[in-house]
Amino acid sequence: MQDTTEAVARVFREEYGRLIASLARRFGDIDIAQEAAGEALVAALERWPKSGVPPNPGGWLTITAGNRAIDRIRREKQRDSKHQAAFMSSPMSSAQDDTPHEHTGPVQDDRLRLLFTCCHPALAPEGQIALTLRLLGGLTVAEIAQAFLVPETTMAQRITRAKKKIAATKVPYRVPETADLPERLGGVLTVLFLIFNEGYLATGDGDPVRAELTGEAIRLTRVLRQLLPEEPEVAGLLGLQLLTEARREARVRNGQLVPLGEQDRAGWDRALIAEGHDLVRECLAINRPGRYQILAAINAVHTDAPTASDTEWSQVVALYDQLTRLDPSPIVALNRAVAVAELDGPEVALTLVDRLPLTGYHAWHAARADMLCRLGRNAETKESYDAAIAATQNSAERAYLSRKRGELV
Amino acid sequence: MTHYLLTVHGSAERDEFGNYGSKEEMEEAFAATGAFNDKLHADGYWVFAGGLQAASTATVVDGQGETPVMTDGPYLETKEVIGGFWVIEAPDLDVALKLAAEGSKACRGKVEVRPFDGLA
Repeated sequence: MQDTTEAVARVFREEYGRLIASLARRFGDIDIAQEAAGEALVAALERWPKSGVPPNPGGWLTITAGNRAIDRIRREKQRDSKHQAAFMSSPMSSAQDDTPHEHTGPVQDDRLRLLFTCCHPALAPEGQIALTLRLLGGLTVAEIAQAFLVPETTMAQRITRAKKKIAATKVPYRVPETADLPERLGGVLTVLFLIFNEGYLATGDGDPVRAELTGEAIRLTRVLRQLLPEEPEVAGLLGLQLLTEARREARVRNGQLVPLGEQDRAGWDRALIAEGHDLVRECLAINRPGRYQILAAINAVHTDAPTASDTEWSQVVALYDQLTRLDPSPIVALNRAVAVAELDGPEVALTLVDRLPLTGYHAWHAARADMLCRLGRNAETKESYDAAIAATQNSAERAYLSRKRGELV
Repeated sequence: MTHYLLTVHGSAERDEFGNYGSKEEMEEAFAATGAFNDKLHADGYWVFAGGLQAASTATVVDGQGETPVMTDGPYLETKEVIGGFWVIEAPDLDVALKLAAEGSKACRGKVEVRPFDGLA
């Protein structure tokens, strides 16, 4: 009994994105899709413990939810024929179309349409992130609120507002045309990247690493890669996430962040690294470099080195040079300078870092502290560690920075 | 199809060239906006459009009481005001946003896109 309930929850979570996406296409309305999916879950919880889990649980949920949605629309039609007329004219609507939810081809997959709708540039970035996790990830509002450390009511409002805007302004439910695809795909990748980053180095003072967010970002990026296997930036983002995730266990010890150079490399996940390296090789073969591919390649260099001192820093710097040409932002310049410190020494790197307008950014202070420390400039090192500690709320990072500061004589 | 209101926002202060910088630039903006309007007609998006006089010419009327109260000037005293608008009919937001981008470029101003909640 308990096993079946868990199986239902697992199947529901796995199938949620696909279920919502196909219902939203069929009925032209995200709210109808969510309610019907909820009713199908209740039905499964009643039925499956008695009859057992059906051989195709996803199909069962889709058919049941579809029937519930039709029942509801019929009831509302009788009550309010005017509403129905408006509903039928919506661009998302094609209630007559009962195409089965088995996908006919990668680009036709409803989840891709839904992903582009959730990540539409007319929606606020935090709304895009929340909606993607809710509708495609199948996370509950409470789970998303907890992950981003905001009250549940705030998160619920964020999601409601985004959904209202989609309905009122008629955000289309389709994959953008080829001409618009690169730009719109960029928006989708940004959302997945932000979800991953928030999990990997949480901004708030809760858990320093949130594996549920990194895991969900990877799961959604895998779906995207399945749907757009030809896009090297999708492969690049997945590679970047896997090569980063591979180091997650080794990255925090006793509540303290462990920097890359001091990590126990035996604790890295070799399977994830192998898969990440395959993706980077695939990207190199396609030869259409982009931001995420280069970041993945940098992480491939790091994960390729048996020990920190074996790292090919000249390659890392060369990759950052390439990234700078695509994205000349101060953050990229800071990361490049950290690699330069290994290659050309802390003095050269410090000159580069001091030029950057990043005084509010904890990583800028932390990088300066490290370089000043190596130059033996202790007083300035302490000040920099203090500034770095003040600029971050992440508990593991604070613990690490405090230890480094404490080690100074 | 949905109706969208496209409003052009710009400085409340207007100089002799309507904030376009020079006579030539003002004429260029007018010509580009005219061409954009022709395109809206030709492609079937056009419903209505117009430029507005300066916000200082506005009068606010409150007719909720027994006798209407008139107040000189705009409802909100702001530095940025609506200088003109289009009402278009488009199949979805992506089309409306594309047209807004073209209109914004033509008239040299920021454009807000807002759907109508039904038409009278």
